[in-house]
Amino acid sequence: MTPWAGALALAAAFAVSAQTPPIPAASLRSGITYAGADVRAMQDDDLQNPGMLWSERGKALWSAAPAAGRPSCAQCHDDAATTMRGVAARYPAWDTGASHVVDLSERIEACRTVKQGAAALPREAEDRNALEVYVASMSRDMPIAVVVDGPARSSFERGRAFYYQRRGQMNLACANCHEQNVGKRLFAETISQGHGNAFPAYRLEWQSVGSLQRRLRACLNGVHAEAPSEGTPILTDLELFLAWREQGLPIETPGVRR
Amino acid sequence: MAFARVLVPPSVKRGEAIEVRISIRHPMETGFRVDDVGRTIARNTLKEFVCRYNGVEVFRASLGSGIGANPYLRFFITAVDTGELAFEWTDDAGERGDAKAAIAVTA
Repeated sequence: MTPWAGALALAAAFAVSAQTPPIPAASLRSGITYAGADVRAMQDDDLQNPGMLWSERGKALWSAAPAAGRPSCAQCHDDAATTMRGVAARYPAWDTGASHVVDLSERIEACRTVKQGAAALPREAEDRNALEVYVASMSRDMPIAVVVDGPARSSFERGRAFYYQRRGQMNLACANCHEQNVGKRLFAETISQGHGNAFPAYRLEWQSVGSLQRRLRACLNGVHAEAPSEGTPILTDLELFLAWREQGLPIETPGVRR
Repeated sequence: MAFARVLVPPSVKRGEAIEVRISIRHPMETGFRVDDVGRTIARNTLKEFVCRYNGVEVFRASLGSGIGANPYLRFFITAVDTGELAFEWTDDAGERGDAKAAIAVTA
């Protein structure tokens, strides 16, 4: 692609209507399709997939009794396999109580601290991720479908603006790699379309499960840009934009990524 | 947090080989890494892993810093009697973990 054609493509990406994601549904490719056979085998086999250890831990937390007199997750929500099916596909979503867009991790944490009176867990705490993995894995293979209209609109637009804004010492926007140079090589990696449908995912580089926000921070560090800490609202806005951008892709949580 | 996921076939014929698969949650800290302020992170890896079949030791492994986090082990044993596989492991921090799996053997 010549430079001016690239500039045109980016301009076109800006110009499309809010209802049309930049990548047509038929061309959406999950990050796993860019991975090698070894990583794909690891994700496909529930016993080899280390992310399932977090899911197992989350399952134990789901029925564990919290502070005295408070209900466990299971006492209110019953069997997660039925009540939590499809929930992860709707997040991030507008939360009336909080009056802002929340992602699944924040929503679960609100339930834990308010309804269960449990001690707050910071983002990326092992148990917080474990519970999110367990809940999100109930929506496996379900297509992502978030709502970006109504009260969520301003958050979505902030996310979109962030995505197309050049930043950092390398002066790169997310779109420069994940829309204009998809499929090309960046050192040993193939640049993917940049979807978050496997997160929280087990990343081999981390040797643990991490959230999408942690992954976004890793990308921002990669282009030598300022990386807002996990839980900063702009990262949730970006998550919402990404979810809209990849709508229709099936959820893979817990995925495995390099 | 020391726990594991185990998978063995639900039922097997006597004399047949059984595939045993186990995945253990463990950071497998090598002792060569440093934290954000330059302090060495203490080594903590799994040391010994033992599998007993109805009390008889059938598999043993010594693990160390060359094995990545959350080790996944896969091995074969011969089905003898209906009973229980008991897994046990220890790490450098002195923590012990265990897991169990039932085996149904048909004649």
